[in-house]
Amino acid sequence: MAAIGGPTPSRALAAAAPRRWRPDAAALYFTAFTLLLYLPLALLVLFSFNASRTMAFPIKGWTLDWYAQAWQSPGLRQALANSLAVALGSSLAATVLGSLAAVAVLRFRFPGRRLLLTVATLPLVVPSIVLAVALLAGATQVNSLLAAAAPGLESARLKPFSLWTVGISHVVIALPMVILIVAARLVGIPRRLEEAAMDLGCSYWGAQRRVTLPLARPAILAAFLTAFSSSFDEFGTAFLLAGTRQTLPTYLYSQLRSAYKLPMVVAAAAVIIVASLLLVAATELLRRNGETRSEGA
Amino acid sequence: MKSARTVMWLALPPALWLTAFFLMPMAGMLLTSLQGGEGGAGLGLAQYRALLGSPRYLRELGQTSLVSAVVAGLSVLFAYPLAWFLAFRGGQRRALLLLILMAPGWVSYLLRVFAWKLMLGTGGALNQVLLTLGLLREPAPWLLYSMSAVVAVLVYVWIPFAALPIFAALERIDRSLLEAAADLGARPWQAFRHVTLPLSLPGVSAAFCLVFIPTLGEYVTPLLVGGPRGQLFGNLVQSQFQKAMNWPLGAAMSLMMLLVAVPVMLLLARLGRLDLGEG
Repeated sequence: MAAIGGPTPSRALAAAAPRRWRPDAAALYFTAFTLLLYLPLALLVLFSFNASRTMAFPIKGWTLDWYAQAWQSPGLRQALANSLAVALGSSLAATVLGSLAAVAVLRFRFPGRRLLLTVATLPLVVPSIVLAVALLAGATQVNSLLAAAAPGLESARLKPFSLWTVGISHVVIALPMVILIVAARLVGIPRRLEEAAMDLGCSYWGAQRRVTLPLARPAILAAFLTAFSSSFDEFGTAFLLAGTRQTLPTYLYSQLRSAYKLPMVVAAAAVIIVASLLLVAATELLRRNGETRSEGA
Repeated sequence: MKSARTVMWLALPPALWLTAFFLMPMAGMLLTSLQGGEGGAGLGLAQYRALLGSPRYLRELGQTSLVSAVVAGLSVLFAYPLAWFLAFRGGQRRALLLLILMAPGWVSYLLRVFAWKLMLGTGGALNQVLLTLGLLREPAPWLLYSMSAVVAVLVYVWIPFAALPIFAALERIDRSLLEAAADLGARPWQAFRHVTLPLSLPGVSAAFCLVFIPTLGEYVTPLLVGGPRGQLFGNLVQSQFQKAMNWPLGAAMSLMMLLVAVPVMLLLARLGRLDLGEG
């Protein structure tokens, strides 16, 4: 954190920061608060190397046993596989659906445009527990209707408690984020570029594929990574919807109660924390790369 | 027309998805909440009568709304100076600093709450510090398992997200307005009070909503650090689906929760816009 201000602020932003950076109350507050935000996470990572089973100071000694234990735990592996499958599937679906919606809403005027935008962003203001309850209730209602109308279709039912409903809820949760990220990028891509491509003989979809898509790719990738990490970490709907299956967060939660398994859970948590921080940094780098590249163009 | 077909291919898949997996489930929830009356079959308002007739449910919902407002208010209060620092003092490194501030927000929410459980527990860091300082004689169990623990942890969890919309609003402020205020003799505090603060209110209300809504439906943090005295309305809903298995009642409770959320959002949206208009 010592590098926060840096000795020489750039001239480019001189208007925003008229004077040389100096430690003042706001800077101290920011530094202290940021450290406080990281402190619990750092402690968790620290305790993951603690040789003692109790999560308390002083540290008794250092070990990697908990990591080995976590790595070998079949329950953890299964939960990780489930989480990866759900996160991959749901973030791919959300990225495709959200990007389509962003292009439609931003580039076209059509009846229902506002409605689509409103409904797509509505999940932002619905608590996740309500979303989960709605999916449970909705799937059950549709299933009972199906059972009455077409009894032969038992196998085609959407099981209310399953990884499928978890994934579906994650798509609904991620859609607004994807739309916002992709739309923010599309605003910066002039329509003229597409139109020029079409004047030169491209079809609409050809122009999308050859012009818009490459320019929007960093944003689309950032949206995908955002959706992926939000699904991978999501607990609120997964806990209600997963039933007997487990995602990584619900598995970790189920293990928290046992003092015996706790060190292993902490080790797994430490890995997830560090991986998430790296993923966030990568996403941001991608997004910014895309921005600067098109500014230069 | 050609573009009409293009739009259809673009808009139809997301529209269908949202209809099938968001709007229809919402309707299904409404339908479910109308079931399970005294007679068993048929639809009715039995669940709502049970909810409105019992002071316990209403009290819980009221308390949860209050807790959500407190959490949202505190998050905004703590996040504002962070956002202000980034927007006005961040300089060239502001993007990096914003990333540093936001990154913990993207770490698994369950794990962040769990990390606090370690901090607040009897063997945790906070107790150790208090013991070392001689402020406590023995580890205090009351740091954990209370409504204040729930509020503290939720504020911690939400601060990075609350800072983002405030930062965005502060960034948009035309710096020449502040120069004008200074030229006209306003002290920094006066300029903040009469220029910066009013212009940042849309961001503040967005931040408030961003925290208020999820906290209203919160049930995970109470499970981990709340204890019996730190439970929220979301825990009542959750128990209808995992313990009591009373789905109609749980569905009705979820809808009541939305009824609290919607007016708050509309009110804050209006507040934000009004102040934007004044500026």
